[in-house]
Order: sequence, then structure tokens, then C-alpha cells
Amino acid sequence: MKKYLWPSVKLTLLLVVLLGGLYPLFIAAVAKMAPGAGDGIKVTHNGRVVGYENIAQKFSDDKYFQPRPSTVDYNAAGSGGSNKAAGNPDYLKTVQERIDSFMVHNPDVKRENIPAELVTASASGLDPHLTPAAAYVQVPRVAKLRGISAGKLKQLIDANTQGPLMGLFGLSTVNVLKLNIALDDMK
Amino acid sequence: MTTEISGVIATYGITLLLAWPLSRYIVKVFRGDRTWSDFMSPLERFIFKISGINPAEEMNWKQHMKALLTINLVWFVYAFFALFFQDKLPLNPDGNPGQSADLAFNTAISFMVNCNLQHYSGETGVTYFTQLFVLAFLQFVSAATGIAALIVVFKAMKEKTTTKLGNFWDIFLKTITRILLPISIVIALIFVFNGMPASYAGKEAIVTMQGDTVNVSHGPVAGFVAIKHLGTNGGGWFGANSAHPLENPNYVTWMTEMVAQVLIPIAMVFALGMFIQRRKFAMVIFGIMTIGMICLLVPSMQQEMAGNPAIAHMGIQQATGAMEGKEVRFGAAATGYWSTVTTIISTGSVCGWHDSTMPMTGMMQLLGMMLNCFYGGCGVGILNYYIFIIIAVFISGLMVGRTPEFMGHKLEAREVKIAAIITLLSPFLILAGTALSSWVLSHYPDANWAVKPSAWLNNPGYHGFSEMLYEYTSSNANNGSGFEGLGDGNVFWNVSTGFVLILGRFLPIIGPVAIAGLMASKKYIPESAGTLKTDSLTFGAMTFAVIIILTALSYFPALALGPIAEYFSL
Repeated sequence: MKKYLWPSVKLTLLLVVLLGGLYPLFIAAVAKMAPGAGDGIKVTHNGRVVGYENIAQKFSDDKYFQPRPSTVDYNAAGSGGSNKAAGNPDYLKTVQERIDSFMVHNPDVKRENIPAELVTASASGLDPHLTPAAAYVQVPRVAKLRGISAGKLKQLIDANTQGPLMGLFGLSTVNVLKLNIALDDMK
Repeated sequence: MTTEISGVIATYGITLLLAWPLSRYIVKVFRGDRTWSDFMSPLERFIFKISGINPAEEMNWKQHMKALLTINLVWFVYAFFALFFQDKLPLNPDGNPGQSADLAFNTAISFMVNCNLQHYSGETGVTYFTQLFVLAFLQFVSAATGIAALIVVFKAMKEKTTTKLGNFWDIFLKTITRILLPISIVIALIFVFNGMPASYAGKEAIVTMQGDTVNVSHGPVAGFVAIKHLGTNGGGWFGANSAHPLENPNYVTWMTEMVAQVLIPIAMVFALGMFIQRRKFAMVIFGIMTIGMICLLVPSMQQEMAGNPAIAHMGIQQATGAMEGKEVRFGAAATGYWSTVTTIISTGSVCGWHDSTMPMTGMMQLLGMMLNCFYGGCGVGILNYYIFIIIAVFISGLMVGRTPEFMGHKLEAREVKIAAIITLLSPFLILAGTALSSWVLSHYPDANWAVKPSAWLNNPGYHGFSEMLYEYTSSNANNGSGFEGLGDGNVFWNVSTGFVLILGRFLPIIGPVAIAGLMASKKYIPESAGTLKTDSLTFGAMTFAVIIILTALSYFPALALGPIAEYFSL
């Protein structure tokens, strides 16, 4: 083993410099040309940065569309999910509470029309998207509070829906932050 | 729903389309043919010169293993001290603390053995220095270690009679300079142009639409995530791994990460056939591995897309499936596919939490890691499959009453003993570990650790047992995913899984290399009418049967107590 020790040490040092140093520096340098310049893509509204495009933020006001529940309370200094098992009684109680709360805030919606993604926590706690169904179901509430017709809101959601990749792969998604910005811009 | 499934099929298809040319290239690199990447050779010569290595010196299998173990030991010492003292090192913009001794022990081993079990959260538990100079570095070299060991076995299978099996340093370094580094750069560039961060800035304070201030973690993520997948490592930059919207921003990055992690494992199977010039042999192996994957994949996707029956009882729509612990931009089908692939190969990254998947999906994940040979991790997947082949050759030999032979060499007691020990090692480590933790949990619930045993489990009942079983299964398979609800950030889990990680890594590498090395040094026996044909479909089916029977016998009782019981109680 002794014979291999010094070559191992020297090889390790050289590779640490190459793989831990030069490689990420090169990527960071090229990333300057990418959208967001390697810092993540941010969204500006009325001249101020209001968030990262891909990081969900809290909208406690019922006048806004709300993102999926978060176990880290939308605090992007960390991330994570509930890790609750499908049949965990405490977890099912939490889901029941979310359903009840949703029914209180959205009295016009029937229980069987609530999509599961609105009462289950996302994996990262920062899921920036809703499915179109989870956005539509919030339309009556937002329409009533803002005095905008439901039809217009549906059009707004459709305009902010991103279809599957090339129309073929994956799901349709609605970015909640962008949708709410468009909503504020409506008047 | 159909676009969800077409996304999965397209992703697998792209993997195959890329794996084929990559395998041809890999064979050229290790045969020493001319390739486009020869411009790297001055760099390689420079590195060898400084390190005092003669890359032309031929090694036998024992010398290979000595070199491999020595350099791994160096990595462990380096990683341990860097993690322990990371608060005193540069590149720590968020001011994160140093790791405790037991956590640094676990993290250093875990990344050294290509597992990436993470008993910390990336945002708070490590610094940019340790993420890049320790963890990303280990992600490269641990993958190269596995591939180098496999190439030794390739060489041993190819030659008639030899003890000279190439030079470890040469194979190891070329794996990095010719394969891992160039492909990682391409992948990382795809990532940054899809919005993944790559700069060295610390947390950024953002004032949200409604006026809250949120500190958003980011950093040089893209390069890390590229090798994380290409090298089947799986350790995430962020706590939420590839579910985090900055570690996996959209469907394009999802597909890229998905292709990247299974690309080399599949390419190595194709490369096997070309390298030893037995293409049919490799294609049969590929077929068996693919059938194995599909057997685990179909129930996983079906269960996740069908949704959680307990939530269905509440009268809620689950058009998008079981969404707890999943992200909308990926959906249930894609997350189910990822969970299967990440467990059969030893990546262990996640794009949705395994702890919250349905009981049967959880069982498929556990089985994927228990089998650990359907494609498998970089290099080591085929080494694991090789052990099953040896067992299958031995049993077939007994069944037809002939001396078993494989690749023109007699298979004798010594080789079969090694194979048997390696086969028994996995169930021993997994089941003994789970038994130990269950015992501690029931006898010392109030032991004074960072997380008390009574608080270990995030879920009651059968699923709680599965959380412990999963942790040891993942450690032994060097996988790194977890039922992450488990409170594993304390001395018991750090130390016990640390030992499982080491044994589960190096013995299954040394075993196959030893068998191949011993066989290659024996007299070559030309094929005759009496030789067992190891490239036939019959033999493929035989190997498959051996795999299924051994796994079922070893693990059925434990699975019955965990996911099977949970399924019937839901």
C-alpha cells in the first residue's frame, strides 16, 4: 500500500483543483451569458424584483391565487416536504384541515372539485406551479373579491398556462407568481 | 395524462439513443484507440508526471485493488477533515458551521463510496467549499473508481490467460478526463441555460409581492448537479434534492437529469459486449436488466398515478395522482419513473419524496436497491450482476453435471465461495442493521442523542419500520435516497450506516475483481459442444431466476413487515 500512498496524495490534490476548482469556475463563467446570469431567473414588477420565477412565495391574501401548501412555509433559505406516509393518521388530519379551510375560503366550490395538489404539500416546499385545474378552482373566490368576471380570469389563467414540452411531454403548469402579477396588472 | 407517459417513454428512448454511441466511444478509450478526446493526453501526462505515476506499468488484480483502496483512504481522510473544519475554510458566504465528528465521518464515507446519503441539508450543513472541493470532487472520483474496477473485469474476461490487467491510474484518470468531465460540462451548460444557478453568491434577500423578506439559497449548483447524475451519485445541492425548483427548474432539466443518471450504466452494458467481443452475451444481459426494470416500474407508475386511497376516501379529486411530496412540473408518472430508475441504479437522487409514495411503490424502491444490478451504479451495477452470473453458472453446472466454465476458464470452489460471500453480505448488512435499530428503538427510546430514538420515526406503524429498513438498504446499495422522514442526524445512524456503507461498497468491488482476476490467470479452455452457453436466452432466464429467488428468500420477511403490511392496512 505504501508504494501507492504518495502518488495517491498528489493525484488527489491535482484532481481537487481540476474538478473542485476549475470545472465549476468554467461553468460559472459561461453561465454569465445565460438567462439570470447564473444567479437564477428573477421576476421584476413595477421596477422592483419581487421574487425568483421558480420559487413559490406566500400569498396569504384571498385576492391572490394561492400556491400549493408548503412544509417549510415558503422559506427558500431551506427546502423540504412532509415525508408523511400515505396512511399516517396525523397526516390525514392535516389534509382534512386543509380541505375544511379551503371550503371556508371558497364557499362556491364543491368538495369533489378540489384538486388533490391544493391540499397536499409539495416536495420542495417551494413548488412554483399549479395545475390549470388548481388555478381554475380558485377563480370564483378571486373573481368575487376583485370584482372581475370569472370568464376574464379563466382567460388570464389560460394565457399564463405553459403546455407540455413541445406539446408532447409532461404536464401543463401555471406559474403562480406570474399569474398574480398579471392579475395585479389587469386594472 | 398521456403526455405524462409519453414524456417517460421519450426520456428512456433518448437514453438508449445516446448510450449506444457513448458505449463505442468508451470501448475506444479503454482499448487505447485514437479518439477525438486525445487532446486531453498532454494534461494526463502532466498529471502523471507530477504524481510520479508510470501509466504504462501493468498491474495484476491485487495491485489494482491496493491502488484503489489506498487512494480511497486518502479521500476519506481529506474529506473528513475538510468537513469537520469547513467553518474555518473559505467560500462560506452563508456562515454555516463545521460538521460534528460523527456527521463528518458519515458524509465523508457516503460521498467516497458513491452513495451520498445526506444526514444534513445542503443549505445549512455544508459550505460552497465543501460542496465543490470535497463533495463534487468525490462525485467524480467515486464514479471513476467504480468504472475503473469494471474495466479491470472487462480486461480479465477478454484475455485468454493473463495476470496483466492494465494500469489502475491510467484507467481511473481517463475515466475522468475522457468521459465524466466532458459530458458533465455539456450537461451543466444545458442546466444553466434553463435557469439553474451557477454563481458563487450567497443567499439573496428578496422582498416578495406581499412584502415578506425571504433569503433564497442558491450557489454554484449546475456543475454539481451534472456530475451528481452522470456519476450516479445522487447527493443534492439543496435539501430537497432534484425536487428543488433551482436544482431541477423544468421538464427539460428533468429529462436531462434523468437521461444523465442512467446513461453510463446502460452504455457500460453495451460496452461490455464490444470490449470482450461477445455482443450477444451483453445484449442478453441488457434484456434481462430491462425486463427487471419494467417489472419494478409499471407498478410504481400505476400506484402513483392512481393516487392515495386514503385521500380518495375524503372525496377529493386526484386527477394528477398522489401529489403529496411531488412537484406539479413533473407529475406523478415522471416521479414514479424517477423513483424506479434512481433505486435500480445507485443514484438515489429524488424529484419527489419516497417516504410519501404509496406502499407498493416504496416496495419497488426497496427491491430496486436490494437487487442493485438492473443497470446499476457506474461500474458497480455490472459487477453486482457478474456475481449473479457466477452463481448461475455454478448452479447450471450442478444441474447438468458438468464442471462449470465461464469465458473459457474453470469456475472452482474458491471463486464460488467469494461469490457466495458477496451474495450473502447484502442481506446480512441490511437485516442486521434494521434489527439493531429496531432493538435500540424499543429498548432505549430515550437515549441522549441529537435525535432521541423515540423521535426517529416520522410515521407510525409499518411505515416507520420501513423507514429504518430503507435507510440500511440504501446504505448497503450505496444508493443514498432515503425515507427522509427518518431522524438520521445523530450518532447512531451516522456511525452504523457509515460501516454498512464501507462494507457494502468495497467488498462487492473486490469480490468480482478477485474472481475475474483469478479466472483470467487459469489455463484457457477452448469452447466445445459441452460448454455451457452463457450468451443464450436460456442462460439469461437462468440468471434472472437466480436473482429473483435469492432476493425473495433474503428479503421477503422484512418486506412483509413493512410495505406489504402497510399496503393491506391502507
